[in-house]
Amino acid sequence: MIDGIAIAAIDDEFFRDRSGGGCIQENRLFCPGWVADNYDRYVDPTLQHLVLVLSSVAAGFIIAFSLAILAHRHRWLSSPFLAGTGILYTIPSISFFFLLLPITGRGAVTAIIALTAFTLQIIFRNVTTGLRNVSPDVTEAGRGVGLTSKQLLWQVELPLAMPEIIAGLRIATVSTVALATLAVFANGGGLGAEIIVGSNITFKTGIIVAGGIAVVMAVLFDAILLLTGKYLTPWAKAAR
Amino acid sequence: MTAPPLAAGFGLFGDAFNFVFNKQEAETGGVLVGGLGQIGELAAKQLEVTVLALGVAILLALPAGLLLGHFGKGEFVAVSAGNAGRAIPELALIALMATAVGVGLFNLVVALAILGIPPILTNTFVGIRQVDSSSVEAAKGMGMTNREIITKVELPLAIPTIMGGVRTASINIIATATIAPLAGILTLGDLIISRNVYGDAGVLAGAILVALMAITIEGLLAGVQWRLTPRGLKLQRS
Amino acid sequence: MSSRKLKYLLLLSICALAFGLVACGSDNSSDDSSTGDASGELTIGSKNFTEQIVLGEIYAQALESTGYTVKTDLNLGSETVALKALRAGEISGYPEYISTALTSFYKTAPEDVPGDPDEAFAKVKAEAAKDGLVAFPQTPFASANAVGMLTSKAEELGVTKISDLEGQSEDLMLYGSPECRQRIDCLLGLQENYGLDPQFTPVDIGLRYEVLDKGQADLSILFTTDAQLGASDKYTILEDDLGVLPAGNVTFLTTQEVIDEAGPQYQETIEEVQSGLTVKVMQELDARVDIDKEEASAVAADYLKASGFTE
Repeated sequence: MIDGIAIAAIDDEFFRDRSGGGCIQENRLFCPGWVADNYDRYVDPTLQHLVLVLSSVAAGFIIAFSLAILAHRHRWLSSPFLAGTGILYTIPSISFFFLLLPITGRGAVTAIIALTAFTLQIIFRNVTTGLRNVSPDVTEAGRGVGLTSKQLLWQVELPLAMPEIIAGLRIATVSTVALATLAVFANGGGLGAEIIVGSNITFKTGIIVAGGIAVVMAVLFDAILLLTGKYLTPWAKAAR
Repeated sequence: MTAPPLAAGFGLFGDAFNFVFNKQEAETGGVLVGGLGQIGELAAKQLEVTVLALGVAILLALPAGLLLGHFGKGEFVAVSAGNAGRAIPELALIALMATAVGVGLFNLVVALAILGIPPILTNTFVGIRQVDSSSVEAAKGMGMTNREIITKVELPLAIPTIMGGVRTASINIIATATIAPLAGILTLGDLIISRNVYGDAGVLAGAILVALMAITIEGLLAGVQWRLTPRGLKLQRS
Repeated sequence: MSSRKLKYLLLLSICALAFGLVACGSDNSSDDSSTGDASGELTIGSKNFTEQIVLGEIYAQALESTGYTVKTDLNLGSETVALKALRAGEISGYPEYISTALTSFYKTAPEDVPGDPDEAFAKVKAEAAKDGLVAFPQTPFASANAVGMLTSKAEELGVTKISDLEGQSEDLMLYGSPECRQRIDCLLGLQENYGLDPQFTPVDIGLRYEVLDKGQADLSILFTTDAQLGASDKYTILEDDLGVLPAGNVTFLTTQEVIDEAGPQYQETIEEVQSGLTVKVMQELDARVDIDKEEASAVAADYLKASGFTE
């Protein structure tokens, strides 16, 4: 309530003594003390980062997977799809953010669209390769047993392509975690916001913590996907 | 900030086009920005930095990958390099390099090369390993030295995979060269990063030009790959 | 069956996607307000350096606690970018230095900027009104651009005032924000009024001390309220003996439209919360962000608590 609020003069305790110097003031490479005091400022950016990565990889997977299934059925689509996703892969994400600027403005959605576009070729290529690597003998056998094309695809070919698909997901996810640090340029938040604080990129400890969290996140996702792959394909030899 | 209506978007593209060719007053007033002269400078810088870094990365990673692959050693390192390299957030790398090591062309090229080496190393290694062992055996039987085997048998057969690595590396490098202005080297990315100075038109122009440059370089590398791939492999792939 | 597992994988991705879209459907910079008498949505902007961001946070959090729904769009850019955003209705208001507003927006010569804060405010209020904007009464503290250097360098050159640089400025390198070149209370003023002609490199405002530390800059444009100036003797600012770099208190610029919609508590809150911002306090807050590396939003919250605005 504004009524009854009166600003009181601030007492002297408020003012800190900074004459002693110290790790942070000298901007040394890594200051553990500061990290211990300030780690909670990384919670929100990390969560934002997770959202960016999960949304982009999920959307990328759904789209690329669908494209690959289509191309599997109609082989002539392979080349154009590969070329199309290839162009999206080639365009640097930060460039993509600002190409989308007139259409989606600045924000997390723009970042997610650009990040999704980046994952498409990786996943498409891996799903396609996985399906193509299924031995023709197996498909022959499947048809011989009377499976329809659809059954063949979902019950035989895709499971056999799993290792390749998971490998593609792993690559896509790890790349996206690293790339999502750029989302800050599109006003999309994420850990990049802690690397470029305001417009200052000189705070060494901050950069290391933010970058470190990103790397750890990437490694964790990679491990999770690797284990998921092993669970889903018990018959396959150890994946890459 | 809300998304501007689509119709305004077309106007902005027009402004961006204009920005490339005509000098205009900066967003902050007074100074002239834009125009082919300035854009050319920025583009040349981006190209210079990219070529240098890619060159260094190839120079370091290719021989290493060839040797490791041929002798079958160091598999863990070679393959992990690719995974590890992918996980490096380029923004953090550039920022840390700029503040901890220092700005300047040399440091920037080193940072970019760090990003470019892993895909080339891994792909070269994997490419060589995947070469049909019977071809290698035959070559050994013919009395070829290791060096000859690598250069005349393994390398040509592994070209598609190796070039795949080179192209991935170049994509990483171009993308990071775009944020090089944060480290004091002004590339095309400056148009995108310094919205203050160049305005929305400049930002869009920068985004378009960077995308075009990336696609062009990729096209060139695809062409190189086509030229280098032995005829037999080309026939096999189609 | 593995096809079922595959379907689960797909389902998982759809869920992840949905979760992501829902979570980011809301603007990631929005906050929810507590219930209160005042209502309406406000977007508080700021320019692109620490003091501005802290001020923006202070105003935003104060308005929130009064009952408004507040979004922030801080770190917009230079004064021209911020003004543009205000005029376009992208932000409800932002804090501007009276001296900057007068010299940059309303083409006042630095010597015509009144030294007395109340006079200066009256002048900017009138100019803003002509321009269709409303200026709220000023903050207690004032800040000015300053020409700064490493103390060691200043002693080496034997300079204490800006006019001491006459004759040797061509060999010196000045770093300033990109807009400094056109501002009469920055490089332009130094050139025209002091007759100086240093080499100039534009740099991000956040790096104004870095470039001195790294030896890239002989001179750098600093702010009189900067934390780093008080923290040690490492830096020194040259005396502005000709009065080219006027000090300005901060006035919150907004539009009548926003005021009409937001009601009287809008202005009341702004005036009340800023009344505790003396130079000493502002320097302390700036220090907490720039030197102690705390988050601007946390620093602003601490100020609101310490001054009794919030519990």
